[in-house]
Amino acid sequence: MTPVTETETLSNTAERQAVTATHGAVPGADWVIVTRGLKREYDMGGEIVRALRGVDIAIRRNEYVAIMGPSGSGKSTLMNLIGCLDTPDAGEYWLSGELVSAKADDELARVRNREIGFVFQTFNLLPRASALHNVELPLVYAGVPADERKRRATAALESVQLADRIHHRPNELSGGQRQRVAIARALVNEPSILLADEPTGNLDSATSAEIMKVFEELAARGQTVIMVTHEADIAAHARRVVVLLDGMIASDEKAADYAARIERGEVHTTH
Amino acid sequence: MPFIDAIRLALAQIRVQKLKSFFTLLGVTIGVMFLIAVVSIVEGMGSYMEHDFAAKLFGVNTFELRRIADFSSGNISDETWREWQRRPRIRDTDIEPIISALPPGTLWSAMGQDNVVMQSPYSRPRTLPAEAVDGQYFQIRNLEVANGRLISPQELALGSPVIVIGKEIAEKFFPNLDPLNKTLRLGGMPFTIVGVAVEQGSVFGISLDRFVIGPLHSPLRRIVNPAGVVDAIKIKTAHPADLVDAQEAVRSVMRSRRGLRPSQPDNFAIETSESALSFWTAIKSKLVIAGVVLPAIGLVVGAIVIMNIMLVAVAERTREIGIRKALGARRRDIMSQFLVESATLSTVGAGFGIALGLAVSQLIAATSPLPASVAPWSIVAGVLVGAGVGIAAGIYPASRASRLDPILALRQE
Repeated sequence: MTPVTETETLSNTAERQAVTATHGAVPGADWVIVTRGLKREYDMGGEIVRALRGVDIAIRRNEYVAIMGPSGSGKSTLMNLIGCLDTPDAGEYWLSGELVSAKADDELARVRNREIGFVFQTFNLLPRASALHNVELPLVYAGVPADERKRRATAALESVQLADRIHHRPNELSGGQRQRVAIARALVNEPSILLADEPTGNLDSATSAEIMKVFEELAARGQTVIMVTHEADIAAHARRVVVLLDGMIASDEKAADYAARIERGEVHTTH
Repeated sequence: MPFIDAIRLALAQIRVQKLKSFFTLLGVTIGVMFLIAVVSIVEGMGSYMEHDFAAKLFGVNTFELRRIADFSSGNISDETWREWQRRPRIRDTDIEPIISALPPGTLWSAMGQDNVVMQSPYSRPRTLPAEAVDGQYFQIRNLEVANGRLISPQELALGSPVIVIGKEIAEKFFPNLDPLNKTLRLGGMPFTIVGVAVEQGSVFGISLDRFVIGPLHSPLRRIVNPAGVVDAIKIKTAHPADLVDAQEAVRSVMRSRRGLRPSQPDNFAIETSESALSFWTAIKSKLVIAGVVLPAIGLVVGAIVIMNIMLVAVAERTREIGIRKALGARRRDIMSQFLVESATLSTVGAGFGIALGLAVSQLIAATSPLPASVAPWSIVAGVLVGAGVGIAAGIYPASRASRLDPILALRQE
């Protein structure tokens, strides 16, 4: 991937509105994510909770986007939908030019394997497996032969400066190291998007900064990064901030503009 | 999920939880142990029956003409039984026509047998079987003497009061003595011992060395059979190919001597070692059923235990399943991971069962008269049964695991 400048990576509002307007239209090749009228409802003991009430998002390749919102805003639901862990009740979700909202279980598994690299708040490493084996897992399910698997997993761990820890188990690693193993695992399949859910939620501020630096480097190298967080200072590391409120998009702007609004006291960051 | 990795994972699981694994595997282990032990005893008896029995007790290429078959399989109806009782006996006068109808080189022996009171000055009297024989009895049975000599053709023809005895008879009636040329009284009449046979061993704990053989024309005849009657004519052909011809020759001689019309069945029995073995086959099928039912109980219990353990494993590892699904595991990947795990678990149990089964069958062979011979197929069957039970028991837990919703699974603590 060639380094890209910030201006190139940001899609502007007019373009986004154009690509999300027409239902059924295949988005252009540079749009990695396009959702149109995405809806999701849950039945919570007889009471219908409308977690998403029509969300239109368009994200170009190489963007670094933070999705924000308070608890109950629908950001976890949106993350599950973008991560192909769930399917919408209505609306379209196009991922890398493929309509994934209509796909069945096992097809979604294949999409997750190829297109999405997950980084979770609680790391979600297999406790009994070595760092190397954890990083190999997506390749296992992609059907990559064992020797190539080992080579690629080792390279991925080297790229997050964990070459000397490849045979350690998660409980022998620090929180920051565990999250870096998770990042290596997320990237080993060269996915279209790196999808991070509160990636610094379980880390102290020094380690958080270290992980944010890794994300910035990845974004600078051209990796599409989508980060779900409720912390404004973490979101500030992204280049674009989407804020959800009550299952709808409340704002979608450059990170700098969002930061400026906070500065002016126009946004309540506490919840 | 590659196969080897799944097996390694399952073995690691067993190592980590040794005690739990022990109880998990107990059912399968016991089931397979029974399977191996019962099969090796059935096989041991089978190979004994088919080799030693056919050769030692009956003789190869040999058949017998009798009034009633010695060995019969299955239940005999009262009617059949009455028909058998009405049959005429085999008579001395039948011998000559039968012999002359046989192909050249064929050996024959007329014989009568009964339990007789035996007595010597060195022991109290006992009732034991004695045989009165004529013809080439010793050649047919391949019987040789360890001491002394066999009964000569002249003695057979003259009916001299001489006998050849088995080793056990020698030890019973002449403890620590040389029985040669000593007298054994059979039914009160004195017989001179001319030979002691080579030790024959035992079948199922029954000694084969408990016999007394004298000439058919000696006074022994009157003790074992009514006048003019023999129990059996034993015939051994020179080649296996002649066996059927010889049987047919004997059958047609007997039918014509008894004036049987073509529509009438034989009123005598022609018995081969195979017909004797059919009796064994009938027992064997019952033993095999026992050999299947007993292990099956253990295996069913084993399967239930494994299913429970696997359900616990799925519950404990819900989060792991969620992680794997998020990383791209399809339903069948999760399914096969848990199936391989339960199959491995169960096959390890079967492995212990095979080892124990072999030990048990050797122990039985060493401490009881039952012979044991390990059938290689039973080991293969043990492994397959182990894997099969594991897979069968794993299907439900594995399918539950494969259906887990990844979002809920990832939320699990």
